[in-house]
Amino acid sequence: MNHDTMNIREEHMEERERASIASVGFWVYIMSDCLLFGSLFATFAVLEGNTFAGPALGKHFSLPFVLVETMLLLTSSVTAGFGLLAARRGARRHVLAWLFATFLLGAAFVALEIAEFRTLVLEGYGPSTSAALSSFFTLVGTHGLHVATGLLWMAVLMIYVVARGITGGALRRLTLFTLFWHFLDIVWIFIFTIVYLFNFI
Amino acid sequence: MTADSHNYILGYLLSVTLTLLAPVFLLVHEVTGHSLFAHTTLRVAFLALALVQLVVQLVFFLHIRGEKRPRWRFMTLVSTVLIVVIVVGGSLWIMENLDARMGSMSPDAMDAYMLDQE
Repeated sequence: MNHDTMNIREEHMEERERASIASVGFWVYIMSDCLLFGSLFATFAVLEGNTFAGPALGKHFSLPFVLVETMLLLTSSVTAGFGLLAARRGARRHVLAWLFATFLLGAAFVALEIAEFRTLVLEGYGPSTSAALSSFFTLVGTHGLHVATGLLWMAVLMIYVVARGITGGALRRLTLFTLFWHFLDIVWIFIFTIVYLFNFI
Repeated sequence: MTADSHNYILGYLLSVTLTLLAPVFLLVHEVTGHSLFAHTTLRVAFLALALVQLVVQLVFFLHIRGEKRPRWRFMTLVSTVLIVVIVVGGSLWIMENLDARMGSMSPDAMDAYMLDQE
């Protein structure tokens, strides 16, 4: 074995080690985000009945609307996963296509959520109306803010991949992004169940 | 098609099914005039569906099973779930208790009660 291949192997090992450490570190950040959402869920669960003599929360929601939001985010979670698989194959154009699909689905989700918030506020049910609505806007809005941040991250990733191709760094960043995106879908499952479904009963 | 993409598709199909099951329950509940299921039963069923979907996504999307030892992700996940359960369960427990004891009091009665306790 000559020195060049030794160096390449060592660099490769180093890159893999860095990717593995980064992914565990990022996972710990995600777990701390889980604690944030856990406390927001606790707040919502305690306050959801306190509507200050206004209509019950469930009266504001529409099941088909929320189902569409759920399907958009769930589908975007899978397209993000396919993007990562394409990156592992080194298929740059496929990565960009999957990322773009994920971006569109995520953007549609955020647009629907903004539309829902806008309607509520215009009808006079803003976050300052009651404790129930405050906790609703805080919990769902924090999730929406995370998704919007994910959109920004995706845009940066797409520019990175266009400019530099599928490098070790791009693969590492894409792995972390996919973790984040899957995590946001898991949080949404609980928002869908606890905030929306429970209030339709 | 690789094994990995099969995993994603299987996870997707399972998640869609689990998501759609809850609205089906709701529809049946509506059609039968809110009599077939007790409200608590529905809540427990919906929560169970969400938890199953959590496990499905952890396995098929986040590949939590394929982790090499030491399993840092799995261990941090377990401790996080423990803390979230304590925070959510504890908040509900304490606040329901407080509500049951004091929620029915008028503000004046509350003032009188608190003065009495001092």
